[in-house]
Amino acid sequence: MNKIYTRTKTIQEDKVSGFCPGCMHSTVMKLIGEALEELNVVDKASCVLGIGCCGLQMDYMAYDNTTAPHGRACAVATGIKRTNPDSLVFTYQGDGDFASIGLAESMSAANRGENITVIFINNGIYGMTGGQLAPTTLIGMKASTAPKGRIAEEHGYPMHMCEILNQLTAPYYLERTSCNNPANVAKTKNAIKKAFQNQLDGKGFSMVEIVTGCPTNWGMDPLKSLEFIEEKMLPEFPLGVIRDRSKEA
Amino acid sequence: MARVFMKGTEAIAEAAVRAGCRFFAGYPITPQNEVPEYMSRRLPEVGGVFVQGESEVASVNMVYGAASAGTRAMTSSSSPGISLKSEGISYCAAARIPMVYANFARGGPGVGSIQPAQMDYLQATKASGNGGFRMPVLAPATVQEAVDLTVLAFDWADRDRTPVLLLADGVIGTMMEPVQLPEAKTDEEVAAIKESKKSWACIGHPLDYAHRAWIQPGNWSTLVMQQVNEEAAAMYKSWQKEAKVEEYKTEDAEIILTAYGICGRIAKSAVNLLRAEGIKAGLVRPITVFPFPYAAYDRIDYSKVKAILDVEMSIPALFVEDVDAAVKGRAPIETCLCSGGNIMSREAVIKAAKKVVEG
Ligand SMILES: Cc1ncc(C[n+]2csc(CCOP(=O)(O)OP(=O)(O)O)c2C)c(N)n1
Ligand code: SF4
Ligand SMILES: [Mg+2]
Repeated sequence: MNKIYTRTKTIQEDKVSGFCPGCMHSTVMKLIGEALEELNVVDKASCVLGIGCCGLQMDYMAYDNTTAPHGRACAVATGIKRTNPDSLVFTYQGDGDFASIGLAESMSAANRGENITVIFINNGIYGMTGGQLAPTTLIGMKASTAPKGRIAEEHGYPMHMCEILNQLTAPYYLERTSCNNPANVAKTKNAIKKAFQNQLDGKGFSMVEIVTGCPTNWGMDPLKSLEFIEEKMLPEFPLGVIRDRSKEA
Repeated sequence: MARVFMKGTEAIAEAAVRAGCRFFAGYPITPQNEVPEYMSRRLPEVGGVFVQGESEVASVNMVYGAASAGTRAMTSSSSPGISLKSEGISYCAAARIPMVYANFARGGPGVGSIQPAQMDYLQATKASGNGGFRMPVLAPATVQEAVDLTVLAFDWADRDRTPVLLLADGVIGTMMEPVQLPEAKTDEEVAAIKESKKSWACIGHPLDYAHRAWIQPGNWSTLVMQQVNEEAAAMYKSWQKEAKVEEYKTEDAEIILTAYGICGRIAKSAVNLLRAEGIKAGLVRPITVFPFPYAAYDRIDYSKVKAILDVEMSIPALFVEDVDAAVKGRAPIETCLCSGGNIMSREAVIKAAKKVVEG
């Protein structure tokens, strides 16, 4: 019999994921591992984890990793990549990490066109700390620090990081994907591979923003959270390639 | 190696490059702008990297990244910027990442004054970030000593995988003096240092669960964390025997001046002038303010000493807390202080010393 699917070796076999059931952090982690294996660059991988639920994977990922202070992953990645151009350096950050506390580090690394890859997990909430308001929380969506839901007059509007970074000249590739159905999972993997390949080719800053769910803090079961992504998140955060310099003349 | 005439900031930067520093990230702040400026010219000449960070927070985290990946790396700032670096320093201490940073201290608190001061003493020696870590803190009194301590800082950082702080001030940074620079490490030596860190550097390793590099500024397990804390505490304790100090004319002294950094130097010249006037003065000048050289204060002959005079450019006095812990009540401690960016005058020190001796 031909083997057509095997578990990625980039996840340690004897360890159990710390993610909640139905959390897409684990899906994305698997996709990253598969992308690294298919590009044959696991031995070059240097992952900079943000602070948030992404940190739950540090125990069981099998490749090199470090943890940055909350929000500083792009600065840490800058230091690693500039001194080790042959390593494949990528950050893995949540929305609180990348778009709130780390906004300066994120924008500045993108503006410098650092040759790194950002995997940005937009779940519209602070997962790790228990569901507080995130820069990406939807209008009307409840959070533990916004009990009446996000109110534009008080909290402002959800931030669209791909579109914001698209105002800068340097970034090479910006794509927003989701993992809410098999087709989107496949697209996410392709986007991650492309973002890694860009770095290997020395093209500069690439980011994949992945719209995901947080069943636990959204107060929904995993299936309901998939519906919420489709019906509420994706209209606010439309999927697609926002910038691809390789397509420009 | 020939002697050259150099400004403190640039001499420290050059010493760092010669010690094998190949990454520097920093953010402008007076009075240390010559360090990033010098590094931006100099590092590319030796295949190193300079980045002007978007803030001190970003700069120290770039250093955390470069050092986590095995490169000798450094940042520098002055007081308000040093506060912002505390986050990254704490992470380096937690994850046992060797790095060096320099504080060209100025008056505080707040934005304070851009002139020299010694008001960051407690921050430097007791709590440079959250979490109860300690690190070697080296306090030069001359440009030459700053150069020598910069080299020591990189070696100490690598040996024990710890951050090391060079606690200078605006005087040391802006003063020009003749210095003997260290021999520059060759490209091969710099590469060998990096190679020696390869097993733990976060740069990518062959897939093998036991041998991935895992830089851990924390851990989900409380048991692991306590073990990490215990190992670090044992290391901090072991540093005590490496405390460095200058003891000058202390044997027969009736008054002991004690000061660190630039005040140590001013106090030393006051000792000479006091002696010329027949007053038996001596000096204890800690060169490492952490580990603190307690033993030097035990060597004082307290039967001859009328008082200890603490000289520092800080109001309130801060260094005096360590002096007090070292003197242990064996002599009264008086202070001679200034702050706000005013530089300690030798005359003020002499006047204060005479007051103590002559009553
Ligand atoms: C300096 C600092 N501030 C606050 C925290 C607490 N904290 C940990 S994770 C987190 C939010 C994470 O949210 P996000 O980045 O969206 O990641 P998620 O857990 O949702 O994946 C916060 C505020 C911290 N660890 N450090
Ligand atoms: S809290 Fe939310 S983001 Fe975190 S692991 Fe659980 S479901 Fe995933
Ligand atoms: Mg989040």
